[in-house]
Amino acid sequence: MKPTIRKATQHVNQNEGLIFEKSSPGKAAWKLPPLDVPEVDTGKLLGSSERKDLGHMPEVSEIEIIRHFTRLSTWNYAIDLGMYPLGSCTMKYNPRVNEVVSRLEGLANGHPYQPEKVSQGALRILQTLSECLIDITGMDAITLQPAAGAHGELTGLLMVRAYHQSNGAPRKKILIPDSAHGTNPATAAMVGYAVENLKSNARGMVDVAALASQMNEEVAALMLTNPNTLGVFEQEIHKIADIMHAKGGLLYMDGANMNALVGKVRPGDFGVDLMHLNLHKTFSTPHGGGGPGSGPVAIKKILEPFLPTPVVITKPDGTLGFEYNRPQSVGRVRAFYGNFGMFVRALAYTLANGPDGLRQTTEDAVLNANYIRKGLEGVYDLPYSTPTMHEVVFSDKVQAKKGVKTMDIAKRLIDYGFHPYTTAFPLIVPGALMIEPTESESVEEMDLFIDAMKSIAEEVEEDPQMVLAAPHTTRVSRLDETAAARKPVLRWKPVQ
Amino acid sequence: MRYLPKSPADREAMLKAIGARSIDDLFAPIPAEYRLNRDLKVPRQMAESEIVDWFRERSRETADGYTNFLGAGAYYHYRPVIIDSLISRGEFLTAYTPYQPEISQGTLQSIFEFQTMMCELTGMEVANASMYDGSTAAAEAAMMACRVTGRSAVAVARSVHPEYREVLATYAHHQGMPLVTVPFNENARLDLNRLEKSITPDTACVLIQSPNFFGTIEDVGAIADIAHKHGALLVVSIAEAVSLGVVEPPRQADIVAMEAQSFGVPLGFGGPYCGVIATREQYVRQMPGRLVGQTTDRNGKRGFVLTLATREQHIRREKATSNICTNQALIALMANIFMTIYGKVGLRELAKQNLAKAAYAVRQFGKHETVLFSGAPRFNEFVVQTSEDPHAINNRLLEHKIVGGLPLKKFYPELGNAALWCCTEMTTRVAIDAAVASVAEREGSTKSSKEPADVQEVVR
Repeated sequence: MKPTIRKATQHVNQNEGLIFEKSSPGKAAWKLPPLDVPEVDTGKLLGSSERKDLGHMPEVSEIEIIRHFTRLSTWNYAIDLGMYPLGSCTMKYNPRVNEVVSRLEGLANGHPYQPEKVSQGALRILQTLSECLIDITGMDAITLQPAAGAHGELTGLLMVRAYHQSNGAPRKKILIPDSAHGTNPATAAMVGYAVENLKSNARGMVDVAALASQMNEEVAALMLTNPNTLGVFEQEIHKIADIMHAKGGLLYMDGANMNALVGKVRPGDFGVDLMHLNLHKTFSTPHGGGGPGSGPVAIKKILEPFLPTPVVITKPDGTLGFEYNRPQSVGRVRAFYGNFGMFVRALAYTLANGPDGLRQTTEDAVLNANYIRKGLEGVYDLPYSTPTMHEVVFSDKVQAKKGVKTMDIAKRLIDYGFHPYTTAFPLIVPGALMIEPTESESVEEMDLFIDAMKSIAEEVEEDPQMVLAAPHTTRVSRLDETAAARKPVLRWKPVQ
Repeated sequence: MRYLPKSPADREAMLKAIGARSIDDLFAPIPAEYRLNRDLKVPRQMAESEIVDWFRERSRETADGYTNFLGAGAYYHYRPVIIDSLISRGEFLTAYTPYQPEISQGTLQSIFEFQTMMCELTGMEVANASMYDGSTAAAEAAMMACRVTGRSAVAVARSVHPEYREVLATYAHHQGMPLVTVPFNENARLDLNRLEKSITPDTACVLIQSPNFFGTIEDVGAIADIAHKHGALLVVSIAEAVSLGVVEPPRQADIVAMEAQSFGVPLGFGGPYCGVIATREQYVRQMPGRLVGQTTDRNGKRGFVLTLATREQHIRREKATSNICTNQALIALMANIFMTIYGKVGLRELAKQNLAKAAYAVRQFGKHETVLFSGAPRFNEFVVQTSEDPHAINNRLLEHKIVGGLPLKKFYPELGNAALWCCTEMTTRVAIDAAVASVAEREGSTKSSKEPADVQEVVR
């Protein structure tokens, strides 16, 4: 391996088959207590509904399960191992106190339908987090019910629709910039809106003149990510809001990039009518290999009647409770009250930070992104020179001349001990390298990253084939994704 | 701030390297009039010990130490300790969606195993990597049925969890998806005659839950026959996953929409849980959510990748099968470990204990009260009708640190003073006897002196 790889070295890791391949009859990892009520005749109770056989479910012992999953875990990269610079994903440190408090007996075992009088602690958590998030966003009210960011978008657009409907007609279209996340147009379609694309200008921002000409009484809302997916703050945000509002439209903000703003500026102050947050990004709840997330939607007063049911209220006797009777509500978007466990974690994070910590966090996130930009400018092409907030987007323009694309550079970065950045997104940058370090990286870690990226750029010049064949140090080399999609094998089957 | 790995000197040096005079330079793109010039109104920064204390207090205020008889879509089962040991490993906890398969094989292989076990348990051919929860899985399954059949209407059983139906109504509202609700009969099973009349040539699917909201196991075969005869699909929602240990899975269904919370996921005041959609192979390209598939690397070694992504929003944008992006991977891992622990024999034994506890409780309640819907098999839930308002009963039970059954009047006014009770392997005989005694306390009479439950009244 090249001596320039400083962060990582190779080490032995264990092979491990599928759990089904370790199973044999009679092994068990469970033991039930003796039954304290009479045994039942399942056949008599269930009749033809009785299940006789559980097919190929595994039979293994506890130590085998521990080793199985521990071995699998060692094949994953994780924030706990190092920098995870996935742009737009905000892979920050996941504090461990969050995990501890979410497992406290009453919070972990609270049943969603237990009476309100024995749920005051859980309700207080909902209310306290709501108050914090309302002030952080500068909005007037919030629902915590949506289970993820895209679910928050759905909830938000349902409210947009209900709002316009209450004014006479739901309108027809949602405007979405070409730099937007794929969830935005997918969500608009689910709510029955047509999607109209909005072009970015040469600086990577909304083309305000184009917006003015596209905006009319058929447009229900603009879905705007701010800072956008280039990591650029929409400097003409108030003009954008004014254009929307002048024609009766609403400004929806995708809060995926809120980590650039917390404590420094509030969307509610710059004209946003509603927005979702990703607690699994900005508020440190763990990504867990792809969820659970949580996507609260904060709104201005005009949208309050349309909030999903139920909402938390303070009752006349001072106790907290749920209010269900909201005739203009868009309805329910999920059973119960949302991903409560994530609320506990997000609130623990907020309490650990306080106002000063939240502000410092944002400043460090922006400082880190600018440090990386400075370190790699000139090495990789920077398609937009507009100031960077929390993430920076380069392109593979220089390296592509040697036949090396952003995905190849990303794969080579793995050999250097880093998780890749986000590749090939946003769509407005061909061959994008989208880098978001978050506040969680030290100078030392970022210097290692910058050195790795510079070294790869040199390798591209000297030995592009080597980069194209990367990664060289992982358990598996590049996998055949085409074959996986052409003849899908989506489950294990026993050998006949 | 203890999570931030920088000294003041580091920050100064970085600003210098960037060429900025102060941090404010970096925020210059934000127009000055919008910048926040005050502290956020959030509580002051707390020490870790203070945070733990604050939440301990909240935990104590949340029925800590109570015995509960609630089910209704959220079930209290024992969680083997190794679930938390394993999911707490940072490599699982703090990894992102496995878009880079070379360094995500741990997550990918575990999802592949999850998909396999979900197929085995549901009797379906393919299962996805998870959905948000059972309610949204049911709504997404109905939308999937519309795509598969090219039809637009849904016939939904009134015995499906009321909140699942509310979510379905929310999703359906703007999709041009008419919903018709089909009543249940005197056994709490779907009324087949009414079902037959409810299906039109535009019905994309019949959506039922089994065991249904009242704990009753539906006659899935008969319902499937009616749906299929009319060219509609059958979607079966399963809210109590442990039932699959002893209840025949809905093999005749076309789509199964599950809630896997019972498999090792804490009640957690309602979430996060773990939805799943499983279906037949022929419909896989209309399925929402992530899927993991097996493939090989350049050296022919077995490996796993996210696959069939052309269904998904990041590729198809507004033409995607769903807008879902983040799912419930870590919760699916909990369920995966739970299923692995109990396995082929343990899941059946676990389910049998649930059956036995509920059967015992039904017998005990039946001595004093009316247990409704005894004409059809049930799993671990049952409906008890009393002369006294169940809220009053529950207030009395709370004094004994018992959380009683869920009063049903809010969802099913025609059932009067009825409550939905649940017993799992965690419910002790002592607790059942105590609850029965307390419920019977004010009734002051045996059931013979009360009005018999008029079964006709139950049918709507």
